[in-house]
Amino acid sequence: MRTNRLTDSPPVRFALRYKAWLYLLPALLVITVFQIYPICKSFLMGFYTDFDYLKDEVYAWGFDNFRNLMRDADFALAIKNTMRLALVAAPLSIAVSLLFAVLLNSDIRCRKVFQSIYFLPFVTSMVAVSIVWAWMLNKDFGLVNAILKVFGVKKIAWLTDPNMTLPILVVLCIWKGLGYRVIIFLAGLQGIDPRYYQAARLDGARAMNRFFHITLPQLGPTVFFLSITTVIDVFKTFDEVYVMYAKEPGPLKSGLTIVYYIFDKFYHNWSFAAAAAASFVLFLIVLAITLLQFGVVRLVALYDERRTSR
Amino acid sequence: MKIRLENITKTFKTTTAVSNLSFTIEDGEMICLLGPSGCGKSTTLSMVAGLEQPTEGEIYFDDVPMSGVQAENRDIGMVFQNYALYPHMSVQDNILFPLKMHHVPKAQRRERLEKISNMLQIQELLHRKPGQLSGGQQQRVAIARALIKEPKILLLDEPFSNLDARLRIELRDDIRALQQKLKITTIFVTHDQEEAMSISDRILLMKNGVLQQYSTPQEMYRTPVNLFVASFLGNPPINKLPCTLRDGVITLPGINGWKPDALEPVFCGEVQEQAVLGVRPEDILVVTEGEHLTAQVAAIQTLGKEVYLRLHHGEHTLTACLSWDHDYSIGDTLKLKLRKCYLFPSEGGL
Repeated sequence: MRTNRLTDSPPVRFALRYKAWLYLLPALLVITVFQIYPICKSFLMGFYTDFDYLKDEVYAWGFDNFRNLMRDADFALAIKNTMRLALVAAPLSIAVSLLFAVLLNSDIRCRKVFQSIYFLPFVTSMVAVSIVWAWMLNKDFGLVNAILKVFGVKKIAWLTDPNMTLPILVVLCIWKGLGYRVIIFLAGLQGIDPRYYQAARLDGARAMNRFFHITLPQLGPTVFFLSITTVIDVFKTFDEVYVMYAKEPGPLKSGLTIVYYIFDKFYHNWSFAAAAAASFVLFLIVLAITLLQFGVVRLVALYDERRTSR
Repeated sequence: MKIRLENITKTFKTTTAVSNLSFTIEDGEMICLLGPSGCGKSTTLSMVAGLEQPTEGEIYFDDVPMSGVQAENRDIGMVFQNYALYPHMSVQDNILFPLKMHHVPKAQRRERLEKISNMLQIQELLHRKPGQLSGGQQQRVAIARALIKEPKILLLDEPFSNLDARLRIELRDDIRALQQKLKITTIFVTHDQEEAMSISDRILLMKNGVLQQYSTPQEMYRTPVNLFVASFLGNPPINKLPCTLRDGVITLPGINGWKPDALEPVFCGEVQEQAVLGVRPEDILVVTEGEHLTAQVAAIQTLGKEVYLRLHHGEHTLTACLSWDHDYSIGDTLKLKLRKCYLFPSEGGL
């Protein structure tokens, strides 16, 4: 091997060996200080039972915060509301996005215009959007009721009827993430070789069969990615509730989500430790669901392998 | 099934891919669509398949017009250039897919799968994914998928272009044998003239979307209708020499000692005074007397059983293909006799 005096000197060798880390250092530093450290700190804070917030002195540790959380009916309600929302909103928004993506992927006119329209909510502030929605859904002066009136539907108290909260949040969730998910789906659709469709047509597959036997399996990884990110997104629902219902968690707390609960504990009750504990529980729930999703995918793959190698 | 194309024209925005194409394929025939890339042969195949609609004209299957009949209803098996096997399905599911789409009963599916996989010798591969197969294996699976629904028509789009030379010849013979056994009307597209000559009943040669000649391989080789057909077929390609024709006598400008004795050219088209003399490399013989011209050996290429000579005479170059029973060396002056030659109208320049 050729020796080179410069590259043989210890500091240079060290630098060369850890070159990748050197490049990563600035980003890692920022992430550590502003994200990883606070996450660890808030995780620990969940176990503070007696502490001085201003002096950062902890006098006693324990599980009291979690115990209180489990006894709090509001927290149970928050989990229930969020779960219900996730269960309905996540699959629906993926399905709707896929539908729009497939439509956009076909040769329709003004495709770029539609794409921009769908992408609009994604680049707009959620607070502004929520204010507009609150205005549209106003019982007496809102656009939605005005349109419904044309069809002879009686005024609906969208924002004050607790039964309307879930549907409104589901629609909002579908709409706000539509552009992003459509773009991701379009990328996936564009990656499918058109010859598969030609072959399928000659094999006698009609449009529906082509969708279920070619498009959907080929989009498998995309659907998986979106199902994880969408569920996480839904679990973070907060701004729309806070703004639309004028800083309240909806009528009869029907819009009380986990993040709203955390926010409420933190800013309104000043019980930081309780908020930290609730955040930790949220983290555990999201982690569990994500792992479950991975598990399902692995199971499906395993089943597929078993079936084909029979 | 008989296939008939009538005055088919296909235009894409500004370009015309196929113009006024008419031909008939008899039941059970194997036809090759041949031509340089971009000549419209793949477009023609797509129109027969129903993947593209002709701009003008009509396609008939057994005298039934096919316009408005979608590809999924045409009862056609097709093998694509890159096979287009569904990557997420096992080989077995790939082959069974057409039957599933046609709602064939399960018991019958198994039966047919067994039959077709025996025929193509792919029983061992049924549980693999297409990604785990070699090119030749994928090719066989694609053929199995095309044939399992027992279609009336088989279309092959450049089926051998992704295979190595040895496998190509092997599969070529297999496909021909299979086609003759099943008596299925087959159209196959290629740009390889040797492939076309070796397995098709008839060749349809196209250039720039226009039909040039539609005949048996022998006829196309022996009596080409024009210079393009003559130069497209044959390897090495036909020699072309500008000549003049006066009172039935051919003269070659720039060639000294040219004796057109007893030369009976095949006339290809309306030949005027200015013409092109075409000579196939294998029709040039080396003789000791009675020669038509002499030339010097400029280069030698040996191919085992035969030898290619590049010959110079003045500014003219000829390629000759001779059997290797005599050793030639560069610089030799040879006496040449033309066994057979063609006369084409001069196409402005050359």
